[in-house]
Amino acid sequence: MEIVWSAHSGHIGGDLSCLNVLTALYHHYLNISSVDDPFRDRFVLSKGHCVESLYSVFESRGFLSRETLDTLGKYGSPLGGHPLRDVPGVEVNSGALGHGLSVGVGMALAGARDGASYKTVVLMGDGEQAEGSISEAAMAASHFKLGRLIAIIDRNMLQISGRTEDIMHIENLREIWMSMGWEVREMDGDDMASIISILDATDFSDNRPHLIISHSTKGKGVSYMENDAKWHHGIPSEEQYRRARTEIEDRIKRMEG
Amino acid sequence: MLDSRKCFTDALLECAREDKDIMAVTTDARGSVTLSAFADELPAQFVECGIAEQNAVGISAGLAHSGKKVFCCGPACFYVARALEQVKVDVAYSRLPVKIFGVSGGVAYGALGATHHSLHDIAVLSTFPGMNIVLPSDGHMAKKVARVLADDDRPWYIRVGRGETGEVYDSEPKWVPGKAIMVQDGNDITLVGAGETVFHAMGAARILAEEGISARVLDCSSIKPFDTEAIRVAARDTGLILSVEEHSVHGGLGSLVLDSISESPVPVRILGIPDEDAVHGKSPEIFAHYCLDAAGIARNAKSFLKANGR
Repeated sequence: MEIVWSAHSGHIGGDLSCLNVLTALYHHYLNISSVDDPFRDRFVLSKGHCVESLYSVFESRGFLSRETLDTLGKYGSPLGGHPLRDVPGVEVNSGALGHGLSVGVGMALAGARDGASYKTVVLMGDGEQAEGSISEAAMAASHFKLGRLIAIIDRNMLQISGRTEDIMHIENLREIWMSMGWEVREMDGDDMASIISILDATDFSDNRPHLIISHSTKGKGVSYMENDAKWHHGIPSEEQYRRARTEIEDRIKRMEG
Repeated sequence: MLDSRKCFTDALLECAREDKDIMAVTTDARGSVTLSAFADELPAQFVECGIAEQNAVGISAGLAHSGKKVFCCGPACFYVARALEQVKVDVAYSRLPVKIFGVSGGVAYGALGATHHSLHDIAVLSTFPGMNIVLPSDGHMAKKVARVLADDDRPWYIRVGRGETGEVYDSEPKWVPGKAIMVQDGNDITLVGAGETVFHAMGAARILAEEGISARVLDCSSIKPFDTEAIRVAARDTGLILSVEEHSVHGGLGSLVLDSISESPVPVRILGIPDEDAVHGKSPEIFAHYCLDAAGIARNAKSFLKANGR
């Protein structure tokens, strides 16, 4: 919230729907002892517009300083509105939708050919599922038997123009991906315990790639933003920003108390 | 006569035997790329993506990201149109060492028409920061380019034609990115080519020599980085430049020539494919139709000289 307020840009709705997943990945699941370890686990943010969440998590991991994070989107900043490889921890530049899974397939394929044990995780949006290139990548992942590849769809049900089901329906996600040879599981992306238990239960003895549908809430955690498409890239007014801060701070107090 | 595709993939196979990180990725095009021997001999270094160019480029980027030296191979027309965003974002913007090897480029597909021509590739790709471009002028150069680029850590686009073309060199030339090669010196006019047009420019220079006209021929196969200095020197030495390209006359080699001398211009004539759907026919017929063959280039050189009172 502070970054989006300070930059007066960003995609706060989707940031908040995938923040739990990113937190679980970077603080629990991904094995990244250092950002240049060749055997580190790989992560691709295919929904690159949610970079504010990614960089916040990077800051919490110590990849980025708070001072640098505060410059996001500002003139001359190394941090733009989509992920850049120049930033330690970012694997590839992303932001054009429908690209990340192909790149993840390449990373996982390199690992498979080398007999490496790293895993590759790609996070996509649900609106993004309309991009046809994702089908090409999904077919290839299953064809190449990439069992160490995990794709996650942040299923918040909204995209910039409204409900995903009204824009281009994808209600049969599970069947689509299963028919392409993927193992499909679902989790509650708003619930950390659900995320952790589903990630930890991934069975790598299977050589099918793994899809996780993460049922989440766009704008999660800020009452007036939740489930409202206008917060896809809405910028809060000062009053709205203060209200969001108060809500979040009160929640932190309750959790700590 | 040599087939630049085959020369390139032969050299690539030799390199890949020694370097297990070299990988060839293709899109149901192992035959047309002449990669079948590579696929048979080194299956662990070969990736077949099926007819899915966008995916092939994304996969190539992911492989390159994880340490592979990737040659993503197939018809040029599909990589520089359908998969263009992947080339722009996943390869060029991400600065990943993927080499897009585009075969049957330009009008090499002849009568198959605009779906299969790639006459915009230089114009588009040269505007992508980080992207580099080479059009080997013959099979000897194609071999050399394959060897040099196998160990280059930048994104590249390599465009060759289809089938056998004339030889500009009698052995592998000393090819360095960003350097033009003067294949023949001359004083009256400079003929500039890239790819197959270099051979035809040499043929034109021979025709002109018989009429007492001394033409310099520059091989500008390294399109990006481009040897602007060689063009400036040619402008100063010969005063007239005739640029010949198997590409749209807009945004290609001719435009690079003009850019190079914009502050100290000399007359430049650009031969290429005009802003129209290219005529149907075999590739040599299309070359002749647009004056890109030796006779057409020589005719244009003479009329250009005459128009400038020389």
